[in-house]
Amino acid sequence: MQHLWLIPAFPLAGFLVNGLAGRRMTKSFVNAVACGSVLLSLVWVLKSLYGVTSWDAPHVERYFTWIQSGDFRVGFDLGLDRLTAVMLLVVTGVGFLIHIYSIGYMAHEGGYYRFFAYMNLFMFFMLLLVLAANYLVMFVGWEGVGLCSYLLIGFWFLRKSATTAGNKAFIVNRIGDFGFSLAMLLMVVSFGSLDFGVVFGAAAGQPQSVLTAICLLLLVGATGKSAQIPLYVWLPDAMEGPTPVSALIHAATMVTAGVYMVARSFTLYAHAPAALELVGWIGLATAVFAAVIGLAQNDIKKVFAYSTVSQLGYMFLGLGAGAYSAGIFHLVTHAFFKALLFLGAGSVIHALGGEQDLRRMGGLRTRTPWTFWTLLCAGVAIAGIPPFSGFHSKDAILLSAYHHAPWMYWVGVITSGMTAFYVFRALFLAFFGEYRGNAHPHESPAVMLAPLAALALLSLGGGYFPVPEWLHPLFQAEEAGHAPWLVWVATAAGLAGIGLAYLFYLSRPGLADAFVRSAGGLYTLVYNKFFVDEIYDAVVVRPLVSGSRAVLWKGVDAGLIDGAVNGIGSRSRALGDVLKRIQSGNIRRYAAWVVAGSILMIAGIGVWGGLR
Amino acid sequence: MIEAVPLSWYLVLSAVLFCLGVAGFFFRRNIITIFMSIELMLNGVNLSFMAFSFHYQQVSGNIFAFFVMVVAAAEAAVGLAIILTVFKNRATLDVDRINTLKY
Repeated sequence: MQHLWLIPAFPLAGFLVNGLAGRRMTKSFVNAVACGSVLLSLVWVLKSLYGVTSWDAPHVERYFTWIQSGDFRVGFDLGLDRLTAVMLLVVTGVGFLIHIYSIGYMAHEGGYYRFFAYMNLFMFFMLLLVLAANYLVMFVGWEGVGLCSYLLIGFWFLRKSATTAGNKAFIVNRIGDFGFSLAMLLMVVSFGSLDFGVVFGAAAGQPQSVLTAICLLLLVGATGKSAQIPLYVWLPDAMEGPTPVSALIHAATMVTAGVYMVARSFTLYAHAPAALELVGWIGLATAVFAAVIGLAQNDIKKVFAYSTVSQLGYMFLGLGAGAYSAGIFHLVTHAFFKALLFLGAGSVIHALGGEQDLRRMGGLRTRTPWTFWTLLCAGVAIAGIPPFSGFHSKDAILLSAYHHAPWMYWVGVITSGMTAFYVFRALFLAFFGEYRGNAHPHESPAVMLAPLAALALLSLGGGYFPVPEWLHPLFQAEEAGHAPWLVWVATAAGLAGIGLAYLFYLSRPGLADAFVRSAGGLYTLVYNKFFVDEIYDAVVVRPLVSGSRAVLWKGVDAGLIDGAVNGIGSRSRALGDVLKRIQSGNIRRYAAWVVAGSILMIAGIGVWGGLR
Repeated sequence: MIEAVPLSWYLVLSAVLFCLGVAGFFFRRNIITIFMSIELMLNGVNLSFMAFSFHYQQVSGNIFAFFVMVVAAAEAAVGLAIILTVFKNRATLDVDRINTLKY
């Protein structure tokens, strides 16, 4: 026994302490509980990893039976294998850094203890999600992180936009979760179990149609949680939450849960090639689509949000190409550089007193040098410049995409160029040129810069973590052949993106505006995110709302249910109005009723044979 | 011989008494008379209880008759008290004029 349950238990304890008593405690106490619990978790992860003697089979700990119904049994089981180990390290490691950062970022905010309580609760559910050894425990974590995401997006609940964004995230995720739960029901029907070991062991014996249906439904869940087309719309809005939340939940960990889930179910997808193909297609489409939108955004967090959607698309592309380890590798490096991008953006926003618009930044390179240099590290990492982390993982994905279908590789390369362009566009706009705002920029405190520096080192060197080699025994994917020219093309695309951004925003500042003018309607389309929100609103939300109003509310609720209830009431009343006339106050009439009743009863008994 | 008077005679008498009570209840307006009609009905029933009790040589009929007498006594006590109160308040004993207790 490794006592794996302690890993999520620490943040849960932190949540309980801070949530129940945090209001009356000092900030340093809240800090110590929140960060300390995550640190303990990290330590326990390391201890558990060292304690594992063999990685050949998953180390599963079964604590108690949760649900028992006939032969169907669901236990509260936690498991540890190579994939879980990677996820645990990312979640606790990056999570810990972001907790430290939050001390500085949230220092002046109200609801300080509430923020850290929610963050710890999120850590609990996220660790439960990755540690789960069956789909139902995973689903608990899955729903829990969704809840925490909702709570933290709407953290500033006095802002209408924040609560709306929280609702949107929750409702859109609900659609995905519905798919996930249907997939689980189908598994119960066809496998009779939700345990990973049982399900994966029996996968080969199932008809392909059933497996494809399960995989497609799981994919619906994954598109919701991991913000893929068509359910990606909630993630950009989720930037209403505090920036550390965007970094932890909406960039590094929670949104990768879908990637993790698909990779976890790789045995099922191996028997459902059509579903796996769809994973790749959705990933690629999302990567391109979100990258294009990201080109034209002016809110620094929105740029990075669309970048997250796009990079998650890359991960799905990797999974779809059968390169699970590449997808997970990109998940890891992405956690580093995207968390860094968001934390750096948070540092900029902090420096400017809440300003998020790139058009009112500029020249911050000299005023916030630490933020600038760390963000630059993230920039070169995400742009895929060798030898930094993004280069290694992205090329692993692109290589396997090439071997899967060459056109996917080329689309991926173009996306890679766009990625480099929009990230460096944001960096150039924020850090170079003249300062265009009217705040007083100041460098962030050391408690925020230290996590930035740590993440910068990870972003630069994270590509040398042997994640694919580590995961190879688990996934057993075939080795994608090495082709140096493919690597150089991808790198060139990244450099071209950076160069183009340099040309547009530094050397020829007027060029961007001229380009925008010449693009005309196309730019408007991209700037407004292809009007996807408006289309969803018109096609899905409004018909649903007005339909619910007309049919469900006015028709079923007010008409049928209220009508039945009120109808029974008023009919009883009307009947009573008639019957009350019997009580006339005339005693002899009462006597007549009694006599009539007796006669009737005697006659009745006589007729029915009671008097034999 | 005691059998000289057949059972049916008692029963006919009992029915006649009961019907007289019912008729009195229906057609008299004075509440005291109505009250007496009720007593007549009760005693008509008592008569048939006793007749059956004797006919079948069983004691349960006597016991029932005693119960009816006890109830009748209680009813007389309560009923007369009510009648007195009504008369004090309304100065009438005509049931057709005591009809305000209604819907």
